[in-house]
Amino acid sequence: MSRAQGWRRAIAPATIAIACALPFLLSNFRLFQFTQVGIYAIALLGLNILTGYNGQISLGHGAFYALGAYTTAIMIDKWNVAYGWTIPVAGLLCLAVGFLFGIPALRLEGLYLALATFALALAVPQILKYFEHWTGGSQGIVLSKPDPPRGLGLSPDQWLYFVTLGVVVVLFVLGANLLRGRTGRAIVAIRDNPIAAQAMGVNGALYKSLTFGVSAAYTGVAGALSALAIAFVAPDAFNVFLSITFLVGIVIGGLASISGAIFGALFIQFVPNWAQEISKAAPWAIYGIFLIVFMYVMPRGIAGSLRLAWTRLARVGGTGRTG
Amino acid sequence: MALLEVEGLEARYGWTKVLHGIRFAVEDGGITTILGANGAGKTTTLRAVCGMVRATGDVRFDGQRIDGRATEDIVRLGIAHVPEGRGTFVQLSVEENLRLGAYARREPGALARDLARIYDHFPVLGERRRQIAGSLSGGEQQMLAVGRALMLRPRLLLLDEPSLGLAPLVAREIFRIVRAINRDERVGVLLVEQNVATALDLADHAYLLETGRVVVSGPSAELRRDDAIRRSYLGY
Amino acid sequence: MEIFVQQVVSGLATGGIYGSVALALVMIYQATDVVNFAQGEMAMFSTYLAWSMLNAGVPYWAAFFATLAVAFVGGLLIERVVIRPVENAPVLTVVIVCIGLLVIFNSVAGWLYSYIQKPFPSPFPEKPFKIGDVFFGAHDLGALGVTLLVLLFLYVFFRYTTLGLAMRAAAQNPVSSRLCGIRVGWMLALGWGFAALVGAVAGMMIAPIVFLDPNMMSGILIYAFASATLGGFTSPGGAVLGGLIVGVVENLVGTYVRFIGTELKLTVALAMILIVLLVRPSGLFGRATVHRV
Repeated sequence: MSRAQGWRRAIAPATIAIACALPFLLSNFRLFQFTQVGIYAIALLGLNILTGYNGQISLGHGAFYALGAYTTAIMIDKWNVAYGWTIPVAGLLCLAVGFLFGIPALRLEGLYLALATFALALAVPQILKYFEHWTGGSQGIVLSKPDPPRGLGLSPDQWLYFVTLGVVVVLFVLGANLLRGRTGRAIVAIRDNPIAAQAMGVNGALYKSLTFGVSAAYTGVAGALSALAIAFVAPDAFNVFLSITFLVGIVIGGLASISGAIFGALFIQFVPNWAQEISKAAPWAIYGIFLIVFMYVMPRGIAGSLRLAWTRLARVGGTGRTG
Repeated sequence: MALLEVEGLEARYGWTKVLHGIRFAVEDGGITTILGANGAGKTTTLRAVCGMVRATGDVRFDGQRIDGRATEDIVRLGIAHVPEGRGTFVQLSVEENLRLGAYARREPGALARDLARIYDHFPVLGERRRQIAGSLSGGEQQMLAVGRALMLRPRLLLLDEPSLGLAPLVAREIFRIVRAINRDERVGVLLVEQNVATALDLADHAYLLETGRVVVSGPSAELRRDDAIRRSYLGY
Repeated sequence: MEIFVQQVVSGLATGGIYGSVALALVMIYQATDVVNFAQGEMAMFSTYLAWSMLNAGVPYWAAFFATLAVAFVGGLLIERVVIRPVENAPVLTVVIVCIGLLVIFNSVAGWLYSYIQKPFPSPFPEKPFKIGDVFFGAHDLGALGVTLLVLLFLYVFFRYTTLGLAMRAAAQNPVSSRLCGIRVGWMLALGWGFAALVGAVAGMMIAPIVFLDPNMMSGILIYAFASATLGGFTSPGGAVLGGLIVGVVENLVGTYVRFIGTELKLTVALAMILIVLLVRPSGLFGRATVHRV
């Protein structure tokens, strides 16, 4: 099996290598789309940590995305902070807010947590419009794209892509370490059998709130990056549909899976565009059909199906007979 | 031709195979019991007969093959299953539970008569007919589960550990009624029981399961004298 | 005082509509643990079908009942054809399928009928009714009446018929239901059919008030969530009652609290959801899930 495992270990570095080559092969627009994929991947990993690994369903992560985006926008626009600093600040702020959200969320399970987060997601555009003085109201805030450091010979789009890629790599490595270690097991244990987990000494309340915080932090960082990439924030971009899109992303990509975040990001970025190309008249109908067919063929998401295929192959190859 | 003939029954949960090709039968009007320690596969056997679990093999009811068919269809052929844990509709009333037992039958007007019959067997159910089933005691719920199965007027009755968690007096009463129905209405019974003595008392034929295989089988009188059962349960 | 009574009745009328959609949501949730996000769009689409019939000259009540029939069959078919392939999949997978249905219905409606608002007729007279000293909108009273009639019919059906009993059983305990010979899959399909039927009634009753457009039901769906949350997602009766309460509160708050304009009315619904969830998540009439170790 070591040859197969060798292949698996090579996937991550190979993907990063390909990702580094992309800016020099693609047009600016396509590159922007891939930057967006990276941003979504971070947001989806955040949501997956909470919903996939920890079993807390959130239909409101668009709120953290918005919080991160507006943190960046306001810091740059009002206080002239260097863009680089806004990203960790957005992350930390969302970490704190998410943790605080996690506390009342402890009382809510499954459907009820989903409803509460859904209500919050619905309220976001209205709240953003209400605090006009900070957020610029319906008009939003316009930013300028960060300048690449001199001497590297990169365009602003290329620089933003590499910044995003860097953040993706760092956050994914951190996330993988977190999820594959003791903390990850504790988080999953709480999802699968909270009472047993508690009996084994896992502090359910603390872990659940922390998970909420970490999840929010990831999504907040994604929001911050998106503000830089799009160079514009406005309330209506952060409506409930965004939160639902994130949920779609993690289910299609694969729950409780790190690679699932990337598959999901690719799906939510590109499939709507393909749907548009197939039918100008009713593109969302095509998107809906894509969603449904995907769920028929891969009910556990892309990563889930790959995992299943891998296990089946291993059985046939390893033991010489099936099950 | 026996009422129920099972040959080469294999069953799995996910990737794990639980039954490794077992063979048993229930005679017309007879009582067969399947014994075995926890995890031997007794409950799985009953579920496999009813199509509740992924299984392969030859299962014949009255000569007809029923393996691979859906539970609802198997039930409609006249096989009633009182599952482990009773499977009571806890949010519905006692009478609603019984009415559901007769759902598969198409005779109009028979409902009232059959309800009366069950209340006759189990007077306590008659007293509590409008009560919500979830508020009944364990023994009463077991009676309700058996009653519901009998509403089907089955040809074959599958009983999964009916005495589990019941006071001995209550369990004895249930077995008395099962014996009466088997005798008076020629209803075949396939009984899974942990209580070996009671099971061998009731049944004419017995099979001993160990980790998914039949290790001993024969008339109950013989098995009562066989050391194999004691070894299977107690290890010595 | 007159205004108060008028607003209460008007609130009950819209509340009955919210409660109907909430009932549809709860029916499907109880049977499958899935919230059908597409419930509103299905209702909207049914209303458009009614509009097409009316446009073709079909008399109102003929179109009304024909729409109910089409909605019922449509809901049933959707369960059998679209939901069945994923019936054993994880809950979130089915939710995504429902979201897929949502966007399909919305998009197809927009494509077939355009996004321009259309007026939808009410079968009730224009002139207000006078009861005592107070004037009531005929449509308000009529919609309330129709909604209550449909709900009464459903109540009687589920409580007193064998099929209704079988459907309730299938929703509560599919395994035991199969052991009674109940075809659980078809019971589910019937449940979807009834839910779609109820949604169609709601759509046709609300369309005269808010005008018909593909996004008509999205606001209603949110109020339906609020209603089901308030009443309890495990209680059909509670969902309806929750709807009536939400409708009345929404109207009264809109009338008497100055700074709540039409935009912030939605916030009232959201606030209700959050308050209920914080104080008593299972709602007024729902059953709290007891976890046995």
